[in-house]
Amino acid sequence: MENTLRSLRVNEKARIRSVTAKGEMSRRLRDMGLVPGTEVKVVGRAPLKDPVALRLRDFTLTLRNNEADCIMIERMEEINE
Amino acid sequence: MSNTATIALAGNPNSGKTTLFNAMTGARQRVGNYPGITVERKEGTVNLDDIKVNVVDLPGCYSLSAYSQEELVARKVLVDERPDIVVDIVDATKLERHLYLAVQFFELGIPVVLALNMMDEANKQGLRIDRKRLASLLKCPVVETVARSGQGKQELMQEAIKHAKERGGAWEPLQISYGPDLDMALGVMAEMIESANFMTNRYPARWIALKYLENDEEIVAQGRKLGGTAQELEDLVAKTSEHCQATLNTVPEAIIADYRYGLINSILRQDVLEHEPTQSERIDVSTKLDMVLTNRLLGPIIMFGVLYGMFQVTFTVGEIPMGWFESLFGWLGETAATLIPEGMVQSLIVSGVIDGVGGVMGFVPLIAIMFLMISFLEDSGYMARVAYMLDRVLRVFGLHGCSAMPFIVSGGIMGGCAVPGVMATRTLRSPKEKLATLITAPFMPCGAKLPVFLLLIAAFFSENEAQIMFGITLFAWAMALLVSKLLRSTIIKGEPTPFIMELPPYRLPTLKGILIHTWERVWSYIRKAGTVILAVSILLWAAMTFPGLPEDAMSKFEAGRQAVTASVDNPEEQETLLESIDNLEAQVTLRHSVAGRIGSFLEPVSRWAGFDWRTNIALVGGFAAKEVIVSTFGTAYSLGEVDPEETASLSSQIAKDPAWSKATALALIIFVLLYAPCFVTVVTMAKESSWRWAIFSTIFNTVLGFSLAVISYQVGTLLLI
Repeated sequence: MENTLRSLRVNEKARIRSVTAKGEMSRRLRDMGLVPGTEVKVVGRAPLKDPVALRLRDFTLTLRNNEADCIMIERMEEINE
Repeated sequence: MSNTATIALAGNPNSGKTTLFNAMTGARQRVGNYPGITVERKEGTVNLDDIKVNVVDLPGCYSLSAYSQEELVARKVLVDERPDIVVDIVDATKLERHLYLAVQFFELGIPVVLALNMMDEANKQGLRIDRKRLASLLKCPVVETVARSGQGKQELMQEAIKHAKERGGAWEPLQISYGPDLDMALGVMAEMIESANFMTNRYPARWIALKYLENDEEIVAQGRKLGGTAQELEDLVAKTSEHCQATLNTVPEAIIADYRYGLINSILRQDVLEHEPTQSERIDVSTKLDMVLTNRLLGPIIMFGVLYGMFQVTFTVGEIPMGWFESLFGWLGETAATLIPEGMVQSLIVSGVIDGVGGVMGFVPLIAIMFLMISFLEDSGYMARVAYMLDRVLRVFGLHGCSAMPFIVSGGIMGGCAVPGVMATRTLRSPKEKLATLITAPFMPCGAKLPVFLLLIAAFFSENEAQIMFGITLFAWAMALLVSKLLRSTIIKGEPTPFIMELPPYRLPTLKGILIHTWERVWSYIRKAGTVILAVSILLWAAMTFPGLPEDAMSKFEAGRQAVTASVDNPEEQETLLESIDNLEAQVTLRHSVAGRIGSFLEPVSRWAGFDWRTNIALVGGFAAKEVIVSTFGTAYSLGEVDPEETASLSSQIAKDPAWSKATALALIIFVLLYAPCFVTVVTMAKESSWRWAIFSTIFNTVLGFSLAVISYQVGTLLLI
C-alpha cells in the first residue's frame, strides 16, 4: 500500500515517489519543488493539525492535508525525539 | 542603449529582492499598478557613470508558469518591454530551489546576471559556493551580494550593464534536453512554429513549444486566437501526453519539471556547492523560534497577544497624531470662518471642504501606524505563521489563513478601522478568498460605529453595557464568517485556492524597507481617496443644506428671536431661549433639505425596522463617515451640534422619546453594524478590487443589514411588549 504525505508524523523523513495532483495544484506543487525523488521532512503541524510544515531543498513549505494527499511517499527513517 | 538602460530585478519571494531594489534606488521610486490588476509595479532610476539606469522591480515569483498574476506580469514585462538585462536574485542558502526560476530565464533566452544574495548567511551556515565555476556552467555573470548592507550592489550593477552591452539585446535561448520523447516533440513543434511565424514576434519558437507541452493556459489561449497552427500544436501535445501516460505513467509537465531540477542538481554537483559541516548541524534560529511560536498551545496564545498588542498600540499611539490633525483642521475651520463672511461660501468651505478633507486626513496616522506594524510582521516572517495557524479555522468559511489580519484590523477586537483593514487584504494572494474577505471585513465594529452603540446602550441597556458590547463583537464575527461562507458558496463560488506557501525564515526587517513600504501605502491612500472624498463631502454638504428654508419660514424664526430679545430680560434665560430657537430652525432646515426629504421619503419603508426620518438622515450621513451619525442625530433632535464623546443629553432625549424602544435600539445597532461601509472604505474597496464589487458590497450589505434589522425589530416588538 502506498503512503501519502498526510500519514507522515512530525520529524519523520520521506522521499516523494509521485505527485497525483492535476492542473493548477500540480503545477504549484512542482514549482515549489515537490517533484519525485525529493526528500522531505515534516517539521511541524499547525495547532489544529492542519496545515503541515515541511522542510525540503533547504526551505520550509506549508500545505494543507488535502493537498498532502496528492503526494505519494516512501518513509526513510524515523527520528525519535 | 547608449545613455539609458533597463534592468529588471527578478527573484523568488523572500530572496531579498525588494531590499536590494531599495538599496539600489534609494527613495527615487515610482509605484504604480499594472493595468487591471492589483500587482504593484515599482520602478526607480540610478545613475551609473554616464548611464541612466531604469530599474524595474518585477513581482516576486517561484516560476514562470501561468500560476499566479505575479508570474504572468513578470513574463509580460520581459517579453513586451524587453529589458536590456534581468538581474535574478537568488538566496544563496537555497540555491537549488531558487535556480529553478533562473533556468527558466535561460530557456527564454533573455540576458541574465545572477546575484547570489544573503552571502553572509550562507557563510555562517558553512556553505561554500564556487561562483566562478557556477558562472562558467551557467554561462552568465555571478555576483555575490548582501542586500541588507548593500554590499556588492555596485559590482552587480556594473556587471549587469557590462553583460547587457556584450549581448547587445540578443536573446539566446538555452536548449535543455527533456528526454527522447519530449525532445522529439519539441523539435517538431518548434519547426512548425518557426515556419508559420506563430507568435514568434513575441516568444522564441522552442519556448512556445515548451509552454504548449506544459499546458500553459495563457499561451494556449493566445494561440487559439491565431487559429491554424494552434490546433495542430494542440493535437501534437495531446498525442505526446497520451504517449507519456502510456509509457511513463506521467504527464509532460511533470517530466519537464523533473529535468529542470535534474539539470540544477547536476550543475551544483560539479563542485559548485560544498557544505562544510562546521556548526551547521545546529538547529537554526528559525526552527527554534517556530518550536515556540507555532507550538500547539503557546502558538495561538502568543498570536492573540501579538495581534491584540498591535491593535492597542495602533489605537493608543495613533490617537495622539490624530488629535493633532483634528486640532489642525479645527483651527483651519475656525480661521476660515473668521476670514470668510458668513453665508453659503463659508458654509461650503468650512462644513464641506475642511470638515470633509479633515475626515480623510484624520485616518492617516492610523493607517501609517497600522502599516508600520503590518510591514514589520510581514517582513519578519511572522505573518506567514499567523496564516499557517489560522488557516484550518478560516477555511471552513471559504476563507484563507491570510484573511485573519484584515478582520482584526477592521475592528475584530473593537474599534478598528475598515480602511486599513480593506487595504490589508493585499496580503491575500488568492482572488476569491480576497474578495470574500474584502466584502465582509467592514462588518466589524470599527471605531466610528462605537459612539452610536454607546449612545444606544446608554439609553436602553445601561445595566449590562459590557455584555452587549461583547455580544456586538461576537455577532460581527459570526456575520463576517457566515456571509463569507454564503458568498463563497454562491456568487464567488470555486475551489479553495491551494494553500501551498513558503514559511520564510525569521528575519529582522530593515527600517528602510518598512518605512518605504508604509509610506507607499499611506501616500496612495491620501492621493486616491482624498480626491473622491472631497467630491462626496461637498455633495453631502449640499444635500443637507439645499434647498434652504423659504423666506417666510425663516422670517418666522427671525421674528421669534426678536420677540425673545425684546421680551426676556434675564440674559441667561434669553440665551437658552435663543439657542432653542436656533436648534429648532436647524431641525426644520434639515428636514426641508434634500437629505431630510430622502429621510422622510424612506420613512414608510424604514418604519418596518422602527426607524423614523431623523434616524434615516443620520444613517444617510453615516454613509460619508460613521462619525456623522451621532452628530446628525443631534441636529435632527434639535440639540444643535452634539459632540460624539458626550452624548448624555442625547441619549436621555432618545430614551424619553415614545417612538423609541429596546427593539428599535437593537434594530439600529444591527443595521449600523452591517449596512453600507463608509465612503472612504468603498473607495478603498474599489481600489483593491473593482468598482463593481465595491458597489455590490454597498448594496448587498445595506440590504442584509436592513433585513436583519426588520426581523429583529418585528420579533423584538412582539416579545418586548
